[in-house]
Amino acid sequence: KCFIVFQGEGCRTVPLSGHVGFDSLPDQLVNKSVNHGFCFNILCVGETGLGKSTLMDTLFNTKFEGDPASHSQPGVQLKSSTYDLQESNVNLKLTIVSTVGFGDQINKEDSYKPIVEFIDAQFEAYLQEELKIRRVLHNYHDTRIHACLYFIAPTGHSLKSLDLVTMKKLDSKVNIIPIIAKSDAISKSELTKFKIKITSELVSNGVQIYQFPTDDESVAEINGTMNAHLPFAVIGSTEELKIGNKMMKARQYPWGTVQVENEAHCDFVKLREMLIRVNMEDLREQTHTRHYELYRRCKLEEMGFKDTDPDSKPFSLQETYEAKRNEFLGELQKKEEAMRQMFVQRVKEKEAELKEAEKELHEKFDRLKKLHQDEKKKLEDKKKSLDDEVNAFKQRKTAAELLQSQAQQAGGSQTLKRDKERKK
Amino acid sequence: PHVGPVDSKNEAAMSELVPEPRQKPVVPMKPMGINTSLLGYIGIDTIIEQMRKKTMKTGFDFNIMVVGQSGLGKSTLVNTLFKSQVSRKSSGWNREEKIPKTVEIKAIGHVIEEGGVKMKLTVIDTPGFGDQINNENCWEPIEKYINEQYEKFLKEEVNIARKKRIPDTRVHCCLYFISPTGHSLRPLDLEFMKHLSKVVNIIPVIAKADTMTLEEKTEFKQRVRKELEVNGIEFYPQKEFDEDLEDKTENDKIRQESMPFAVVGSDKEYQVNGKRVLGRKTPWGIIEVENLNHCEFALLRDFVIRTHLQDLKEVTHNIHYETYRAKRLNDNGGLPPMTVETEENHESNL
Repeated sequence: KCFIVFQGEGCRTVPLSGHVGFDSLPDQLVNKSVNHGFCFNILCVGETGLGKSTLMDTLFNTKFEGDPASHSQPGVQLKSSTYDLQESNVNLKLTIVSTVGFGDQINKEDSYKPIVEFIDAQFEAYLQEELKIRRVLHNYHDTRIHACLYFIAPTGHSLKSLDLVTMKKLDSKVNIIPIIAKSDAISKSELTKFKIKITSELVSNGVQIYQFPTDDESVAEINGTMNAHLPFAVIGSTEELKIGNKMMKARQYPWGTVQVENEAHCDFVKLREMLIRVNMEDLREQTHTRHYELYRRCKLEEMGFKDTDPDSKPFSLQETYEAKRNEFLGELQKKEEAMRQMFVQRVKEKEAELKEAEKELHEKFDRLKKLHQDEKKKLEDKKKSLDDEVNAFKQRKTAAELLQSQAQQAGGSQTLKRDKERKK
Repeated sequence: PHVGPVDSKNEAAMSELVPEPRQKPVVPMKPMGINTSLLGYIGIDTIIEQMRKKTMKTGFDFNIMVVGQSGLGKSTLVNTLFKSQVSRKSSGWNREEKIPKTVEIKAIGHVIEEGGVKMKLTVIDTPGFGDQINNENCWEPIEKYINEQYEKFLKEEVNIARKKRIPDTRVHCCLYFISPTGHSLRPLDLEFMKHLSKVVNIIPVIAKADTMTLEEKTEFKQRVRKELEVNGIEFYPQKEFDEDLEDKTENDKIRQESMPFAVVGSDKEYQVNGKRVLGRKTPWGIIEVENLNHCEFALLRDFVIRTHLQDLKEVTHNIHYETYRAKRLNDNGGLPPMTVETEENHESNL
């Protein structure tokens, strides 16, 4: 029952004559989201020993598993754990990613790289899913980092150059919320100066940190005030001490007790309020609509996709895909051709090898044959000479026999003659 | 705050889909959620309010199509549904207006607001459907229109520099008007629903149900349900998209008993028992549109608007649109994967 003029869309606003019931739409949408569950991913960047794990434990009122890291890591690594939390009917899949070994190396030039690579890898995974032909986006477990808590060491002076370099590399990829860790090490007056120094350094170096949104009237005021309190000076503690008649999270020193949830002592409550109770949804939205879109745009442009051709005419979807497809097929063909060439080459080589072997065999055969023939001839010659000898022997034998028989005859007659002579 | 059991469905879904970052020295994400006990109020449940506020700010789009022969009361019904003049009635074809030679598609958008919720409602009328002597393939222009909207959305989605919010002109719901003959569905009805139930959510509606008695209505509905089943026509809510047991029981009841809704539409008000009600006046009595004893209009209204509106949009987006997109990308060779371009990868994406 409203008469709002709706500009710029060419649509008239019409009045309703009764209750229709679509005012339940936000509830319908929210119910579906609740059934589906939510996920929230926080990245904690900071030097070893700045209390990252303790702060997470304090923020989420629980003891997450894990042992404190040592200072002797060879490089920066990222450790990630996922937890299922439930509060009333809301199921939250919380992923906490922490740097391990950040700031411990002697040469910190490449320290920021694993962090950037990790954040990009989560964008990449989402992009891959989005580009699939058969995709399941509405059931996808979103691992993209929604908030990056950057832990600043409580030196009281200024930001370290590592901090500036790292934040500069991260500010276009993730929502950065800078916090001063272990801020019970700084006195109140030093803290104010420290915050001013940090803010001015961030501004002068062009580092874009996350601004709590002020466009919605219901939260504009509180968000605006909180923006002025950045970076939040926090203290973490899971130890509870009795103060007055209540149990409170606190740290006890000989000179007094620091209460974590006392806003006069530190900004922990502000951080919790901003990070979880007011802007969690906005952090998720900014990650998706700003940081992810930027990553996607750059990645696709890198791959050679364009929205318009050199003449500024928009490419049709079909043309873009067709062009990419042809390119891909072309590459495939080239590879195929190269493989075919290689194959032909190999075949030729093998053929030559085989021919060579054949030739050798032939030669060997010829040699053997000749050898055989030679042997045979030798044998035949020997046989012939043997035959000749045999013949010769036979002849001599015959001749000898003849002579002998002649001799006998003559001898016989000789004998007769001798006998006759004797008888005379 | 209390320790809740690990949501096994979400866990199962997640453990299939957790991507592993490929570069070292990054440690891959642990696939299982570890349940932890909470000791005090954190404020995670405030995300519901945060989300609600954001959606109220952006507003909603809803596109509803009405299909049926002329004279079945389509415009009146839509106007009754949304309690406003969102559809222009064609009160008979006067001499200047001719019956369209083919099916025309007319989409008119209005903005309506209720309880702080702004909705851009687009009613897509299809004059000429089923009105010719030869109605062969008269569903084709409708199917073409529906696919054109998917194409428009796809083109926007594929852009490198994308709009923050892609305008949604896709048809979320198609009310198909069945003539209250009391006998059975006509061949045209079956042909239309067979073709279109695969690309859009169809909600069959028995129009002008005030011409049937209660018994006739029940019998007719049974026959229609049977015929739809025999012909393999899956109307909304489709069985295969029930998300969990709760959905299934609720939707089973609607599918097997209530649908198709036998409705009467009217934009005139009459005085009945001291109340002003929407109705149709006849010599034998006043038919009260929103009286469940008289017709099922209120059921249709509650179903489409008050309980399943968001679901209609989600099924359109997550299922019908995705089916169109997959088919379209497959036909055009698809987008090669961004990792190593080998033949194996190419095939696995198809």
